[in-house]
Amino acid sequence: MRALISRRAKSRAAEGKCDPAPSRLKYRIQRWMLTPGIRMGLRVGLPICVTLAAAGGYLASEARREKLVELYVEARTAFETRPEFMVNVMAIDGAGESVAMDIREVTALDLPSSSFDLDLAAIRELIVGLDPVKTAAVRIRPGGILQVDVVEREPAIVWRSRDGLALLDETGAFVAELGQRSLHPELPLIAGRGADEHAPEALRLFAAARPLGTRLRGLVRVGERRWDVVLDRNQRIELPVERPVAALERVIAEAEARDLLERDVAVVDLRLPNRLTVRMNADAVTDWWRIRQLNESAY
Amino acid sequence: MTDLYQSQRAMRQMRRQAMQRGVVAILDVGSSKISCLVLRFDGSGRLSEDNSIGSLAGQSGFRVIGAATTRSRGVQFGEIAAMQETERAIRTAVQAAQKMAEVRVDHVIACFAGALPRSYGLDATVELEGQEVTENEIARVLAACEVPEYGAGREVLHAQPVNFALDNRSGLEDPRGQMGQALSVDMHMLTVEAMAIQNLVRCVQRCDLELAGIASSAYVSGISALVEDEQELGAACVDMGGGTTSISIFMKKHMIYADAVRMGGDHITSDISMGLGVPTAIAERIKTMSGGVHATGVDDRDMIDIGGETGDWERDRRTVSRAELIGIMRPRVEEILEEVRVRLDAAGFDHLPSQQIVLTGASSQILGLDGLASRILGQQVRLGRPMRVHGLPQSVTGPGFASAVGMCLFAAHPQDEWWDFEAPVDRMAGGSMRRVVRWFKDNW
Repeated sequence: MRALISRRAKSRAAEGKCDPAPSRLKYRIQRWMLTPGIRMGLRVGLPICVTLAAAGGYLASEARREKLVELYVEARTAFETRPEFMVNVMAIDGAGESVAMDIREVTALDLPSSSFDLDLAAIRELIVGLDPVKTAAVRIRPGGILQVDVVEREPAIVWRSRDGLALLDETGAFVAELGQRSLHPELPLIAGRGADEHAPEALRLFAAARPLGTRLRGLVRVGERRWDVVLDRNQRIELPVERPVAALERVIAEAEARDLLERDVAVVDLRLPNRLTVRMNADAVTDWWRIRQLNESAY
Repeated sequence: MTDLYQSQRAMRQMRRQAMQRGVVAILDVGSSKISCLVLRFDGSGRLSEDNSIGSLAGQSGFRVIGAATTRSRGVQFGEIAAMQETERAIRTAVQAAQKMAEVRVDHVIACFAGALPRSYGLDATVELEGQEVTENEIARVLAACEVPEYGAGREVLHAQPVNFALDNRSGLEDPRGQMGQALSVDMHMLTVEAMAIQNLVRCVQRCDLELAGIASSAYVSGISALVEDEQELGAACVDMGGGTTSISIFMKKHMIYADAVRMGGDHITSDISMGLGVPTAIAERIKTMSGGVHATGVDDRDMIDIGGETGDWERDRRTVSRAELIGIMRPRVEEILEEVRVRLDAAGFDHLPSQQIVLTGASSQILGLDGLASRILGQQVRLGRPMRVHGLPQSVTGPGFASAVGMCLFAAHPQDEWWDFEAPVDRMAGGSMRRVVRWFKDNW
C-alpha cells in the first residue's frame, strides 16, 4: 500500500516525471480565462484602464495641464487667423448713409478679425435693434467681406407728441426724429398719446378721408381710445371707438350730400354711431335764432 | 423513488440549460482512460418531417469542438476507487478539451461502465379515463409500473419505456392521440450501485462542473456502435473496455437489457505481466503491439523482446515467442467471451430473431478476436466502430471511444425516460396549488 499522504521531500523532480494533472488553482485559472466576460475584460477593459491610468497620471500635474491647454489655444488661434478665415471689410447694402453709419457704430467691429470670432446672429440682432432698420441679413462673403443687407423702414406717418415730431412707418414703429414738419409735408400727421400704436388704423382713416382733400389737417387720438379728425377752420369730426372708418365714410357722404362741412359747424359728433350730432359755432347759433325769429314774425 | 425522480429531473433541467448555452462536455470515465469531448450545439439538424434521416445520420445538430483523452487513474472495474486521483485525471482531460475548444464548459454528461448494472423489465396496464391517450395517461401508466425490490444501496440509472400497447395492438412507438380502452407499457429499468453514482457526482462537482446527466456506458456504446438496422432488428453490443466488459441488447431501437462482466483488457495485461514477469507498462505495450488470439506456425519463430528494466543488462535480454504471448492472452479472452455468453444466455438473447453481436471497445482490437468470438458467441459477430459525428478528431474514432461518441448522440437525442413525463396528479407530492394549475392546464 502506498502512502496516502504525499510527502514533498520525495520531490517529483527526483522521479523525473511530474504529474500531468493541473493543480486545482491552475485549472480554475484556465477556466477563468476561458470565461467570455473575463476574456473580454482582459482584451478591452484592461487596455482601457491602463490608458486611462496613464492619462490620469500625466494630467495630475497642474503645469502639464496648463501647457496642454496653452498648446491647444495656440493651435486654435493659428488656425483661425489663417487668411482664408479673416474678415476685412464690412459692406452694407440697402441703407442710407446715416443708417450705415449707425450700423457701423452699433456693431463696433474691429476688422480685420477672424470669422470664427464673429457671431453673425448677435450682429444681426444688434442691427435689427436699430430703429430705422426693418430687416437685416448678415453673412460672410468669400473674399473676407462681411455682407450686411438691410431693408430700411419707410416713413409713412408723422406723429406729433409732447416730445416732438417723429416719423413712424406703416406699422407704427419708430423710424426717426423729425426736426420740422416741413421736411415731410406729404406725410399725414397724427397726434395724441398712444397714437403710434394705432398707426395702421390711422392710415386707413387717411385713405377714407381722401375726399376731404387739403382740408384735412390730421388725426388726434383722444383719451387713447378713439380718433378725432381735425379739419381746417377748427372743424372736428369726432369718431366712435368702434368702426371709425365706416363712420368717417358716412360723414363724408353726408357732407357731400348736404354740404355739412362747408357750413359753420364746429364739431360733427359721431361718438354715438347711430346718431349724428352737430355743434355749431356761437355766431351761427345766434344767426340761426335770428332767422327763426324773423320767420316766426313773418307768419 | 420520488427522490430519484427529483434528482433526475434536476439533471434534465441542467441539460436543457446546457443545450441553451450550446456547449456541453461529455465525460467517459473508464478504467483505462478518461476521455472528454466538448460539444457545441447549433440548433439545426433536427430530423426531417418524413422521419427519414438527414445528412450525417441526423447528427449534424452538434459538433465536437474539443477532445482530450488521458490515462485513467483511480478507477477500477469502471468504478471510482481513489477519488482524488480520479478527480485529477478528470481535470486533466477537461482542461485539455477546454483548451482545444477554447470555450469554458460548465455542464458535463458522464458515463461509467461498472457498478454492477442489473436490468429489470417492468410492465403495467391501466384503463384509460377517456378514449384518447394523452400525455397524462402515459405518465399514469408509467407510474403504475410495479417497481421490484432492487435492493438498498442501489439507484435507478435508466428507466425507459420500450413498448406501448393499446388494447390488442402492441409495438406502438408513440400512442399519444390514439383511441383505445386499455394502455399498457413495457419499461426497461437499469439499476446500479448508488455509491458509484455518488462518487462520480462528487468527483465532477470537485472539478467545478455540474452534472447534466448520467448514462450507462453499455447503453451509450450500443447507441454508437450498432447501426440503425441492428438496433431495430435486435443485436447485442459488447463493449470490451479496460476494467469491465459491458453488454447491452437492443431491440426496436430500445435497450432491453444491459449487464457487465467485471473483466477486461487490464486483466489480459496483468496476465501477461505476471506470466512473463515484466512491468505492466511493458506488458501493455507487448499486448497492443504484438498480441493476438490465434497462434500460427510462424508465431513460434516470431520473437519479442521484453526488457525488464531491472538494470541487469545480462539477465534482462529476455525474449518470448509470439506463440507464448498468445498462449497467455487467449485463455483470458476466452474466459471473458464465455462469461459474456453466459450473460447473454441468461438474458435470453438466443430467443431474439436476430443474433447479431457487435464487439467494440478498445480491447476488441486484439488481432483475431472476431474469429474467436464467432466460435464462442455465435456466427453473426462483427467488430464495431463508433459512428462518425461532426468534427470528431481522427484520434478519437477508434472502437475504444464508442461510449464517448455514443454519449454525444445521447446528449443530442435523448431517449424518453420515465422521469421525463410529469408525475400523475395523485402521486405528486406538491401542494394543492400546483394541482389546481395542472387541472387548468389539462382541461383547457
